[in-house]
Amino acid sequence: MTNPEPLTIQAAARFIQGSSEKARTVAEALKKRVDQLDKSINAYIQFQLPKTFEIKQGPLAGVPISVKDNLCTHGWETTCGSKVLKGFIPPYDATVIRKLKEAGAVIVGKCNMDEFAFGSSNESSAFGPVKNPWDLTRVPGGSSGGSAAAVSSGEAIAALGSDTGGSIRQPASFCSVVGLKPTYGRVSRYGLVAFGSSLDQIGPITKTVEDAALLLQVMAGHDPLDSTSAQEPVPHYTEKLSKQVNGLKIGLAKEHFAAGLDPDVEKAIRQAAKTYQDLGAKIVDISLPHSRFAVHVYYIVATAEASSNLGRYDGVRYGLRVPSSNLTEMYIDTRDQGFGAEAKRRILLGTFVLSAGYYDAYYLRGLKARTFFRRDFEEAFKQVDVILTPTAPTPPFKLGEKTGDPLAMYLSDLYTIPANLAGNPAISIPGGFTNRDLPIGIQLIGKPFDEATLLSTAYAFEQATDFHKKKPRI
Amino acid sequence: MSEKFNIDSLADLARIRLKKEEKAKLTNDLSKILGYVEALGQLNLEGIEPTTHVAKLENVFRADEVKPALVREEVLKHSPHREGNFFKVPKVIDQA
Amino acid sequence: MNTYEPVIGLEVHVQLATKSKIFCACSTKFGSEPNANTCPICMGLPGTLPVLNEQALRLAMKVGLALNTTIAKRIKFDRKNYFYPDLPKAYQISQYDMPVCAHGGLTIQPESSGGITKQIGITRAHLEEDAGKLLHEGVKDGSWVDYNRAGIPLLEIVSEPDIRSPEEAYDYLTRLKAVLLYLEVSDCNMEEGSLRCDANVSLRPKGESQFGTKVEIKNLNSFKAVQKALQYEIERQTEALEQGEKIAQETRLWNDMQGKTISMRSKEHAHDYRYFPEPDLVPFTVTEKEIEAVRRALPELPQARKERFVKNFGLSDYDASVLVNDKVLGEYFENCVKEGANAKLACNWIQTDLLGALNERCLSFDQNPITPKHLAGMLALIENNTISGKIGKDVLPLMIDEKKTADQIVKEKNLVQVTDTKLLEDIAERVIAANPNPVEQYKSGKTQAIGFLVGQIMKETKGKANPKIVNEILQKKLS
Repeated sequence: MTNPEPLTIQAAARFIQGSSEKARTVAEALKKRVDQLDKSINAYIQFQLPKTFEIKQGPLAGVPISVKDNLCTHGWETTCGSKVLKGFIPPYDATVIRKLKEAGAVIVGKCNMDEFAFGSSNESSAFGPVKNPWDLTRVPGGSSGGSAAAVSSGEAIAALGSDTGGSIRQPASFCSVVGLKPTYGRVSRYGLVAFGSSLDQIGPITKTVEDAALLLQVMAGHDPLDSTSAQEPVPHYTEKLSKQVNGLKIGLAKEHFAAGLDPDVEKAIRQAAKTYQDLGAKIVDISLPHSRFAVHVYYIVATAEASSNLGRYDGVRYGLRVPSSNLTEMYIDTRDQGFGAEAKRRILLGTFVLSAGYYDAYYLRGLKARTFFRRDFEEAFKQVDVILTPTAPTPPFKLGEKTGDPLAMYLSDLYTIPANLAGNPAISIPGGFTNRDLPIGIQLIGKPFDEATLLSTAYAFEQATDFHKKKPRI
Repeated sequence: MSEKFNIDSLADLARIRLKKEEKAKLTNDLSKILGYVEALGQLNLEGIEPTTHVAKLENVFRADEVKPALVREEVLKHSPHREGNFFKVPKVIDQA
Repeated sequence: MNTYEPVIGLEVHVQLATKSKIFCACSTKFGSEPNANTCPICMGLPGTLPVLNEQALRLAMKVGLALNTTIAKRIKFDRKNYFYPDLPKAYQISQYDMPVCAHGGLTIQPESSGGITKQIGITRAHLEEDAGKLLHEGVKDGSWVDYNRAGIPLLEIVSEPDIRSPEEAYDYLTRLKAVLLYLEVSDCNMEEGSLRCDANVSLRPKGESQFGTKVEIKNLNSFKAVQKALQYEIERQTEALEQGEKIAQETRLWNDMQGKTISMRSKEHAHDYRYFPEPDLVPFTVTEKEIEAVRRALPELPQARKERFVKNFGLSDYDASVLVNDKVLGEYFENCVKEGANAKLACNWIQTDLLGALNERCLSFDQNPITPKHLAGMLALIENNTISGKIGKDVLPLMIDEKKTADQIVKEKNLVQVTDTKLLEDIAERVIAANPNPVEQYKSGKTQAIGFLVGQIMKETKGKANPKIVNEILQKKLS
């Protein structure tokens, strides 16, 4: 056990076999790799092995897992990539963390992220940008950029991310790993620091589809602590995983091939459609007529919720406080020094769309337009089982390329946002490379609570191609 | 577009301080984003129900049972300013 | 004078009597150590989520039905956003446009109304969470925050601006409180903050249908304070208007010590609560069947009980009203009747003698040591002429002080009424002989002179003579 780079959860679990000693071996190998690489990648805000290895038995017995730093982890500083949460040590575990621990996992690190998950490039983190392991001058995507980069570079066996408008899938695409956003409500949000409460979902970022299924299996299910968590039974995702797609109907939306789509990405999607056809699936042309309004609706709904969710960072109870003898000064100084530019931008935008006189014209209009996304999917899924789309319109872009133009940055979530607006599950899997070896992801969107079909469809592609086997040269 | 919002009153509502250079940049950004969002006006939204939740759930309750959390000390320990078992803040003046 | 008509509306916040908070499992117990009743949820720690306490909604529905409101079939919660150190999430989970209850009313009948009733409309009642508490006194260079109250379930009951005088406001509050206590949905303890009231008041020229500029009054710590503050505010506004001044729309604080309202320094920040639907709570639906089930389980309410007391026990409207305004008092009365007491006698004795005696001893009615059975026993002694009513008035306080039954006291102190005609005739003869003057006066037509003679006989018998028999004997002997 010297190089954890190719190690999947499955492989690690097979090696560890429930042995605490072997779990330590894996964890230490991982630490060595993090020590080597993270100076240049910056995927972690914290990485720490437990003092003692007394592992719990279970499907993840002894497997080290890294989590995005917006998941509350008892005793670990949880910063959300923000200065405002400096020193915040949650007195409780998020439900997913509890479930991972109960399944035997060992939490080893908190991954870097865009501040409060506000971003698509990981450049808004207060802990510095994460670099893309495939090209250190490029971004890893965001906001779960640290999680994706860690998995891609072998600094993690697997990681958890969160996805509000594409924050799991877009970095998965940029880093050539698997990223799954489950159906809204499939996984409890309790303990996930809220960004857009009606959009947020926690999901796995892994090296293989099988690992994603395994982590989803552990995390999914009703949680009495989350009113919005679904009461739907949890299927046996790992057992149901099959590469059989014969007769499966896969939709391609004509709206997804409009201006702004990088030709290399388009080529990869067309090629993926062909691969599926060769595997026996049927490609069906569909329409998602409101696709081009996704970013519009998203930036109203998500920022409105975010502006409210971030009110609590006021310096009173936890995290940063900039002292003052005046209460209002204390508030605004704390929030001034605590929040970065993107957080301020979104808080102000969200405050505006909810404010008196503008609520109807912006927020309410956004909520109504949101209804179309659900309807579009409902219509489409009458014809198909799964929809195939690009994950991001481009391969990973250069660090600093879009930081000056927030709107251009927001548009990199064009294809991922609709699944959040409607609540559907979606997955990004490695789908090819540009001729400069930059990763391209393909996205599959499924019916609500049909992660099983989604995972099998992804699995079929993964098993039929070699993209997931290719690793970055670092 | 920029005449639509008063950046100072938004900043005041959100308790955000804006430095001079930030103010110009954010005003410009917000104008652009709001201008972009304006395109929603092209949609006919008449009779369309707003979507506030995508979870098709209703009536999620908890039973009226007390379960002490016993986290006071842990929370106060990491508080930016505690005094005894209280959180302390600058004097609140606009209260009786 | 009196050219202005006050228009008053009241907002009452009632703490619902649940065991745990509205959105988390922390205790609602009063008087715990600072921040002892807190958890990550009610302290608004990042990542935490609310889940509605079912009992809070049930209790709200009970109140809604008792106040004749319509219970909404579909309910949602909203966030009300503002910054304050006692508000852990910087938003309060409340209800904006889909409250649990809407469009009801409460009948009032102020004492001076001469029995005329009036309907005060209830605009709405909605559920929300309470904020924490700030402490200022004795804190050096700052304020302390205690979140024990954060997340306590509240029902905010908003009246229509139908109230026209401080007295009506007082009566509305008294009757509202009675309803809430009957329903057992709140202990309504104002000192502990489980019942709070804010008042809105404006003046308008009599006959005018437009409302004037309203002033909100806060810091009202008792119903009497509400009445006094409204009185003060009406006078203040009348004076201002008469001098041609404009009333500023503002919030004023009642200072009970100084007996006046003081303008709250206008806040530095504009208010814009940016209400929007709470994404962390799903909508709630209530079926007609569920509403009916709650309705069927409602206890008898003050109005119904009053009507029953008038009908079944022949009490006057006023007496019945006094008895039912306090749930415990009405129940006590009814239990006395159940123990065999004469209803009218019991009503009089409870209202005047019993309450008076308790009052003199600074005892609340809860501390009344006389059980209904024992009061009924005492009243029976009066009714069967064992003691006189006058002796009864001495016995009752002894029952409180010595915690004994009337029987015991009457026997120990030998207070049994003298009804022995032979003995009383002997005493009467002696009294007549010893008092020729009053006898003469009586015989010459001044019949009231008999009172003196009765008094003498009572004195001889240490008050134990049956006054009715004494009267009869004297009349016979003097005719």
